[in-house]
Amino acid sequence: MFRWDLVGQYLFSFLFIKAAWMTLWIAVVAQVLGVVLGLFLALMQMARRLRFLNWIASVYIWLFRGTPLLIQVYLLWLGPTKFGLTLSPEMCILLSFSLNEAAYMAEIIRAGISSVDEGQMEAAKALGMRYGLAMRRIVIPQAIRFIIPPLGNEFNNMLKTTSIASVIGVIELTQAAREYGAHSFSVFELLIVSSVYYLLMTTVWTFVQSWIERRLDPERKAKAAQKNWTSRVLGFEPSAGH
Amino acid sequence: MVGQQEANEMVRGEGIVKRFGHLTVLNGIHFQVKRGQVVVIIGPSGSGKTTLLRCINHLEKIDSGRIYVDGQLVGYREVNGKLLEDSEANIARMRSQIGFVFQRFNLFSHKTALENVMEAPIYVLHEPRNVVRERALANLEKVGLADKANAYPRQLSGGQQQRVAIARALAMKPKLMLFDEATSALDPELVGEVLKVMRQLAEEGMTMVVVTHEMHFAREVADHVIFMDKAQIVEEGPPEQIFGNPQNERTRDFLRRID
Repeated sequence: MFRWDLVGQYLFSFLFIKAAWMTLWIAVVAQVLGVVLGLFLALMQMARRLRFLNWIASVYIWLFRGTPLLIQVYLLWLGPTKFGLTLSPEMCILLSFSLNEAAYMAEIIRAGISSVDEGQMEAAKALGMRYGLAMRRIVIPQAIRFIIPPLGNEFNNMLKTTSIASVIGVIELTQAAREYGAHSFSVFELLIVSSVYYLLMTTVWTFVQSWIERRLDPERKAKAAQKNWTSRVLGFEPSAGH
Repeated sequence: MVGQQEANEMVRGEGIVKRFGHLTVLNGIHFQVKRGQVVVIIGPSGSGKTTLLRCINHLEKIDSGRIYVDGQLVGYREVNGKLLEDSEANIARMRSQIGFVFQRFNLFSHKTALENVMEAPIYVLHEPRNVVRERALANLEKVGLADKANAYPRQLSGGQQQRVAIARALAMKPKLMLFDEATSALDPELVGEVLKVMRQLAEEGMTMVVVTHEMHFAREVADHVIFMDKAQIVEEGPPEQIFGNPQNERTRDFLRRID
């Protein structure tokens, strides 16, 4: 028998709000770390003078994209115990998720950077900028426009991938359903509750993502240079049929 | 080496060789640009003129020979008679003193005209923002675009973009300006406004090396014309000679075809 009352009861319970918070926290931290590490990997892959950096980055990406995340989590969970060390479940999850995500972000960032017209780097160099400065001030700001859409998809995936954290007992949304439902044989009902939270988060993210993409649209940025304050505060132009 | 330089010499090329794979694009080029001189390089496409220009600020490496700008060896260090590529910092410093104007403008598309002009003086020369801003506005004024300071490149015509690019180069107070077919990507009606700015610069005494297909400009503005063909300098001299009485068969041929 399906128990609607349990769904309603748990949906707004402190337990699930806490679990949702854990899910969100893991996703955000792992994604941010993944982007930062991915940027380094991407720059390593593009290194011309120090070829071995390129090689290291390529092997890293090959390894992390070529094996299942679930196994990477297990390896990082069990591996340290062989040396008498233990990681907390949260730490283990954050680390394995970030390391894995970095491999994917590296490819996305590299593609974004190579989408920027080569003339931009040349012009920067001709003005006396060094490689690092030109990257930071000229190339990467323009690459972001190409990176944001796939990055948004990565984060959408990340929100749901966090359910893997349940296998080592981190109490995020999936583990919460399993644990709190076990006593009353209501895991099914509570998984519905978890799904509602996942849907809520991914839906909100979809809106955030399209808002960011609109903000980065160069056509819009160009218009914004001349538009008035009312429309800037509203965030859209009332007259435009966008 | 510096001691042997003529005092009024800005650029000197000695036996420059440049290869792309098996293709030799510069085959032993010798040339000189004096201070305040406007040198125009003409010649058919594929003759090596653009490559030569790009070698002057080391956007291209050279396979042998030497280039000096203002008495300084460009892009290389001489160690026990051998040439080693210079450090990134030294190359960047050298480039910051040489303005380069590209055929395709290459304005920073995420920055306004004013921000384009201000970028390098702030982040390369580390000059204070308010000083840079004033000079950048003056430079935009000079190229006739003070009213477009807050426009993004995509909102400007090709001619306007190229004039911003010139202002951007001038903001670095260069001692030498290099123009790589600066008007070749422009619609015919926009060529004039860019040439006008270049002509004005020449009149102010800027040392310039100009690669162009604009023969009128070459004839009227150049102090010295270099005709290149097949990776070599075929003929050079004052414009009256090159255009009025070319000595070489290939020069005559080229000028006849272009007219």
